[in-house]
Amino acid sequence: MKKTFKIEVDCAVCAAKMEETAKKAPGVKDASVSFLAQKMKVEFAEGADPKTTMEGIASACRKFEPDSEIYYD
Amino acid sequence: MIEKIKSLTKKQKFNICRIILAAVLAIVAALLPFEGLVRIGLYLIPYIIIGYDIIRKAVLNIIHGRVFDENFLMCVATIGAFILGECPEAVAVMVFYQVGVVFEDMALEKSRNSIAELMDLCQDYANVELEDGSLDQVDPAEIEVGSIIVVKPGEKIPLDGVIENGRSVIDTSALTGESLPKDVGVGAEVLSGCINLTGLIRVRTTKVLEDSTVTRILELVEDASFKKAKTEQFITRFARIYTPVVCIAALVIAIMPPAIRFAMDYNPMWTDWIFRGLTFLVISCPCALVISIPLGFFGGIGAAASKGVLVKGSNYLEMLAKAKNVVLDKTGTLTKGEFEVTDVIPSETEWTKLVEYAAHGEYFSNHPLSKCIINSYSGEINPERISDFEEIPGRGIVANLDGRELLAGNLKLMDENGIDASGIKGLHEGPMMPDVSEDSPIVSMLKITDYFETAGSKIHIAFDGQYMGFLVVEDILKETSAETVAFLNGKGIFTTVLTGDSEVSAVKISKEVGADRVEYDLMPADKVRIVEIIMEETASKGATVFVGDGVNDAPVIMRADVGIAMGAMGSDAAIEAADIVLMDDDPLKLTTAINIAQKTLSIVKQNIAFTLVVKFACLLLAAIGVVGMWAAIFADVGVMILAVLNSMRMIGFSGSEEKKSKDKEEDLSEE
Repeated sequence: MKKTFKIEVDCAVCAAKMEETAKKAPGVKDASVSFLAQKMKVEFAEGADPKTTMEGIASACRKFEPDSEIYYD
Repeated sequence: MIEKIKSLTKKQKFNICRIILAAVLAIVAALLPFEGLVRIGLYLIPYIIIGYDIIRKAVLNIIHGRVFDENFLMCVATIGAFILGECPEAVAVMVFYQVGVVFEDMALEKSRNSIAELMDLCQDYANVELEDGSLDQVDPAEIEVGSIIVVKPGEKIPLDGVIENGRSVIDTSALTGESLPKDVGVGAEVLSGCINLTGLIRVRTTKVLEDSTVTRILELVEDASFKKAKTEQFITRFARIYTPVVCIAALVIAIMPPAIRFAMDYNPMWTDWIFRGLTFLVISCPCALVISIPLGFFGGIGAAASKGVLVKGSNYLEMLAKAKNVVLDKTGTLTKGEFEVTDVIPSETEWTKLVEYAAHGEYFSNHPLSKCIINSYSGEINPERISDFEEIPGRGIVANLDGRELLAGNLKLMDENGIDASGIKGLHEGPMMPDVSEDSPIVSMLKITDYFETAGSKIHIAFDGQYMGFLVVEDILKETSAETVAFLNGKGIFTTVLTGDSEVSAVKISKEVGADRVEYDLMPADKVRIVEIIMEETASKGATVFVGDGVNDAPVIMRADVGIAMGAMGSDAAIEAADIVLMDDDPLKLTTAINIAQKTLSIVKQNIAFTLVVKFACLLLAAIGVVGMWAAIFADVGVMILAVLNSMRMIGFSGSEEKKSKDKEEDLSEE
């Protein structure tokens, strides 16, 4: 399952880091961040709960980019 | 200017105020005649005003164990500069860094907005007709399939649908890039995003907003930046290595030379070398690349979208720019996919008479060939002259015209009715040239001298037991096909035409357009195979592009490196399968797409080259102590701003030939 989420991130390097973080997060098969569209596309692994997965990504991202925001509700 | 200030976000306004305040305070500090700690203290005020958020992020990062982060590096460089007493430089680095951030933000917003503007397709309400006939303004997202909506002149069509009542002229330019407005009447399909120009129309919706053309297009363009080009991926990887390497180099520069000098009993000049190391840190940020490359692609995709070319990913734009092979489907791509009468070969009668018989004979037929024969007749058709009309499948038509038997069909029909069609043999002795008036709808007259060279279908006519001659009906070339192929050849691209048609028409068409190679008698599976072979043979040289109409060649479109569907508006399957969608069926759109792709790639390359050259030059000069932190600030922020400005040239780039010469002039003047 693929889903696109609106994000807020204010630098391109940070967006690249968020993409990396999201790719490594549990429950994620693949992820891509478009800094320009300010969107994150996540392909969930089979059986993963989107909500928990997104919470995981968001908290991992906030660790290094406190101002970043992912709107997953 | 005032408008520009108004359009800034709160955050941007706040940051600009901060930058001005910090800059003023730094100048004040420079003018005041204080020394030592007081001087440092004076500079610290603007430093903290301008840099507190960066320091905060840096501290947070260290807590989370991330070191090579641009915030952290900025802090190390500036705090180090403070310690060495280079206070103005320290503040300047922070101020310009923030200038860069604000600029980056504004540039991004501008490109995002301009693309949204280009794609300003959405009507935010729809006039739904209620049961009592009154109108109600409703959010298009809430309208169900089969509802009746009223679109007034000047409004955009909010949802895809079919016209129930009314006539109008609609502007489809936002979807197709085609500037010529289109006449529509009852039963015509209208797509969301078109502007209703003249009349009031009632439309029965056929799609909900989510599936409507306009929504799909917006999604496609926005999603395009997810599919990153190879260059983009390379830059991301490069940035990941570049920053740590420069940081280590900074450390080496700061420690090694003075240590060696110390060991060799020279003056170690610690502060000098440490300052050079700090300068390195300022240059270590890869921002210019990381931001300007995707921005260039984004601009290219936006420019393409405004011309009716939807590119579904930066990677496809990049591949298209490097295309070495273009494979074109014939029917519907190079040709119109509609039939036209291209030749009239009378036996003994007048050619106008022959067309008159043919048009009357075909008048009641629904066969696709019939319509074009009727259209080619400029006189009036009197249906009362026709009686006993009968259509024989696989043969043609038998009818009575003015009470006498009229046959229109293939040779079999002639044979079976005892008509001797050998009159055509006379062709070998040279054609009879009929009088052709200039406004004749017939495309060409008697080009052929040999019956068997004729490419299209032939409709033989016999009247009252006499053979009259035949008409040649062909799928004719689009006006711009030859120009398109010439453009491709000019770019050094090898062109192949694929078709399911017979050899004669395939070779004829490919000669007319000037294609390098043609393959005929193909089944859809053969087309896939041929494209695969071409891809295999030329994989190392460049991408293979396939252009088709998306109706029956979806498998080939999917298989090719870059699959292009043409005239695909409204065909969901084609939009789904293709990597690039040309919204109308003009093959010249392909040239626009290639021009935009190549321009994008050249801007991207310019940015990479420019950024790397300046950065490495500054690193080198800083290492030998020729330039200081000011040059480093330029290498960081200045280069970023220039690269972003360069990328933004893509926005609004037209990609058409006439504009190109102008762009070239611009390029030259920039150099």
